[in-house]
Amino acid sequence: MMAARTDIRRYTGFGALTALCLTVLYVPLIVVAVYSFNASRSITAWAGFSMRWYVDVFTGPEAPIFRAAAWNSISIAFLASTVATVIAVAAAVAIIRGGRFRGRQSSLAVITLPLMVPEIVIAVATLIFFTTIGVRTGYGTILIAHITFCIPFAYLPISARLQGIEDSYEMAARDLYATRWQAFRLVLLPLMMPGVISGWLLAFIISLDDFLITNFVKGAGMETLPTAIFSSVKQGIKPNIMAISTLMLAVSIVFVTLSFLINRIGQKTRLSKGEGQ
Amino acid sequence: MRFVQPEIPKNRGSLPQEAVGIRRVVKRYGNVEALKGVSLSIADNEFFTLLGPSGCGKTTLLRTIAGFEDVTEGEIALFGSDIADLPPERRPVNTVFQQYALFPHMSVLDNVAFGLRMKGVAPAERQARAAEMLEMVHLSDFADRLPSQLSGGQQQRVALARALAPRPRVLLLDEPLSALDLKLRQAMRVELKQLQESTAITFVFVTHDQEEALAMSDRIAVMSAGEVQQVGDPRTIYEAPVNRFVADFIGETNVLPVTVSEISAGRANVVLAGCRGLIAEAPEGLAPGVHHISIRPERLSLAEGGEADLTARVERVVYLGTDLQLLARLPDGTGLTVRLQNSARTSLPCQGEEIGLLIEEGAARLLVD
Amino acid sequence: MATGPGSSGAGWRGLVLPLLLPSWLVIGIFLLVPVALMAVYSFLTKDFRGGVIWQFSLDAYDQFFVERGLFGDEPPRPNWTYITIFWRSIWQAGLATLLCLVIGFPTAWFIATRSPRYRTLWVCLITIPYWVNLLIRTVSMRFLLRDQGPLNEALMAIGLIDSPLRIINTNLAVQIGLFYSYLPFMVLPIYAAVERYNFALSEAARDLYAGPWTVLREIVLPTVRPGIVAGCILVFVPSLGAFLAPDLLGGARTYMIGSLIDEQFRGSAGNWPFGSAVAMILLTMVLIVLLWQARVAMREKR
Repeated sequence: MMAARTDIRRYTGFGALTALCLTVLYVPLIVVAVYSFNASRSITAWAGFSMRWYVDVFTGPEAPIFRAAAWNSISIAFLASTVATVIAVAAAVAIIRGGRFRGRQSSLAVITLPLMVPEIVIAVATLIFFTTIGVRTGYGTILIAHITFCIPFAYLPISARLQGIEDSYEMAARDLYATRWQAFRLVLLPLMMPGVISGWLLAFIISLDDFLITNFVKGAGMETLPTAIFSSVKQGIKPNIMAISTLMLAVSIVFVTLSFLINRIGQKTRLSKGEGQ
Repeated sequence: MRFVQPEIPKNRGSLPQEAVGIRRVVKRYGNVEALKGVSLSIADNEFFTLLGPSGCGKTTLLRTIAGFEDVTEGEIALFGSDIADLPPERRPVNTVFQQYALFPHMSVLDNVAFGLRMKGVAPAERQARAAEMLEMVHLSDFADRLPSQLSGGQQQRVALARALAPRPRVLLLDEPLSALDLKLRQAMRVELKQLQESTAITFVFVTHDQEEALAMSDRIAVMSAGEVQQVGDPRTIYEAPVNRFVADFIGETNVLPVTVSEISAGRANVVLAGCRGLIAEAPEGLAPGVHHISIRPERLSLAEGGEADLTARVERVVYLGTDLQLLARLPDGTGLTVRLQNSARTSLPCQGEEIGLLIEEGAARLLVD
Repeated sequence: MATGPGSSGAGWRGLVLPLLLPSWLVIGIFLLVPVALMAVYSFLTKDFRGGVIWQFSLDAYDQFFVERGLFGDEPPRPNWTYITIFWRSIWQAGLATLLCLVIGFPTAWFIATRSPRYRTLWVCLITIPYWVNLLIRTVSMRFLLRDQGPLNEALMAIGLIDSPLRIINTNLAVQIGLFYSYLPFMVLPIYAAVERYNFALSEAARDLYAGPWTVLREIVLPTVRPGIVAGCILVFVPSLGAFLAPDLLGGARTYMIGSLIDEQFRGSAGNWPFGSAVAMILLTMVLIVLLWQARVAMREKR
């Protein structure tokens, strides 16, 4: 009890609320994961452990749809995140290393714009745009839309990382006769790499997970994983949906953890100021 | 008519009252003991300093008095009553923090009035008292400013006013001058001392700067590694250090290995290389054998003709403006530093010369290891 | 910050234009232009086949604000239908934000006051659900709350209730859904603010006779307020235009802006100009909130 009195960081009940918060966050996911192993057809009664629904996802009647959807999702995510990351790296170098130039603030605003506009507004606007210029909705339109809104997500970790790197390294390289490009490729880029990878992973997940915008601009006859899951759910929650959901859950967690670990490794190679109190 | 100023004694009554009593306080963090059984008695209306290098436990001790840390073992008493169970907001003790911790979203006046507000003083009265405190630290013009608009020295005075406004019985100061530049620090030393004398509040001051401690304190407790090494007034601490740590930490000193051959009636015969024969005060419990003595460099002087107590060979003479520093060596190779005041003298010792030195009476202190 | 706007730029200055061109182009063409186009569409005429006719008309906004009866021949009066939907969305978003704040603030505080070694672990724990697909999270919430879902089954099994609680299709379900979707957005900014908080301020306040809850109210909250405001906006704005939570967890009675807009673009029953108009109104509201917050932030910086 003495600790509670004198510890100025401690408030009664906050720990309990945190536990509640974590419970609320994880219980639905855990429940879905658990029920995805339910042997029974009925998604309510528990009838024993089984992998049948996972098998069903890959070989059952709907498997072709899911496979196509998965291919679409993954390939679009891969392409979109790569392109977005390249664009974001260029923009980050310009904004953070370019000194004070006119339009710096507005460039920053433009890059973070997709984060400020509500997703449904982006979805509607994008659909209108492609319809007006006569482009048929499908894979290409989805890809373009994804690249656009992935840029800020790739940008944030990259810029954070870049801000922590002193420009003395590049200056030393230039002093030793390296061209700008060489200095970038051999000195700055390697140092930035944890941020770049982290940004890529983030963009990948955002693209993979996107539903609203994709749903609007995909047109008929094409599905990504989220849109396929959504249509299926609208007809009622079936056990194989839970299996897919659990799979996507696992993928997300793996990617986030990777992104996180890479960031941590990156931090260790940097000269940090040390944790003060 | 002759007007006589009565001399008000510092402490009324026959015995000074004990303001803060620290008895065998131990503070453990897991396996680490930050305080290893500290006992101190701080008197009312005293300027008491905790002095030591960083990590010695002085700030920890201060925080246990304030109530931000609890004691693992031992007791803390405030004017006789045990306060170990009281949370910080119930102790009539206030703290001036090292980085001031002024509330950034409140004006200077509101900062100073905060403690009064928490104690339930009515708005009118607390505004008045806060204004009075600001007047005392010469910052009345800044009452409506925000802390971020003040300089470091001004912030420090606001922190002081804020801690004094609720009229605590004991004021704790955690290295309050360390963030100030030199000139400001020296000015603040005088101001703080005057403040303590005029308010008659017990000040417990923490610092690692020994010059500060000597200049301001009534008494000093020198601490190291969680233990109190010596408690005493500045003069005693400087001139009669009890052990090597205190001798080394305060000012400059020569620590010389000696042999104690004989002890009688509290005085010891000390055998030192190059020395004719030395008698020093023997601390209690000292047995003959190998020990160390401490002699302050300024307590040695050149023997002008006549007999010398000590002979040494000069290795280097360093001109320091106000002083001359002689780096010498005793016959057995031990290094010796001598400080001479730079006054007109007939001859400066030169490098390589053998000189005779006089040791001031009582300057050689036997150290307990 | 190692390099700021004032640095010489290590020679990148000249390349700024080509480096920024891709991002300006992509976002300019595929975001700014579409939004502008959408604004234009809101002033066009609806095509009965489902698209638009390029003819200026105020029909869309008229339909939103004015009620003229089924055949358009009654005297105009204010149309409360859509305004009610907006109001309900604001209300839902507001409640969700409040819920996130009440649970999110203590959580953020708790995590930020753990020892540094474990702090990142806690942050990880809170962040991971955010990265799981929002659709899947909403689906799992729906699964959990269904009449025959695990929650009801559990409650019945331990005897707290006799018949299933009807939660799906209610406002409560939508609020829970929104709260669940955006909770990490509330926790993380507050966490960042508390991490930077100078705890010596709390000590000083306690030293000056304030009790722990007084310290929270008087000292902590004003100081971390920017983080709280950021968190609230990060929850409120997406909640306002949310689609998934109301669609999957709610029903006819909980119709919100997101569903309203979505409906306008489905097949030939859709009304593109009207949908664009509603989207424009939503966008305007969001921009107002963001601008207000930017002004407050700038005023505080002074």
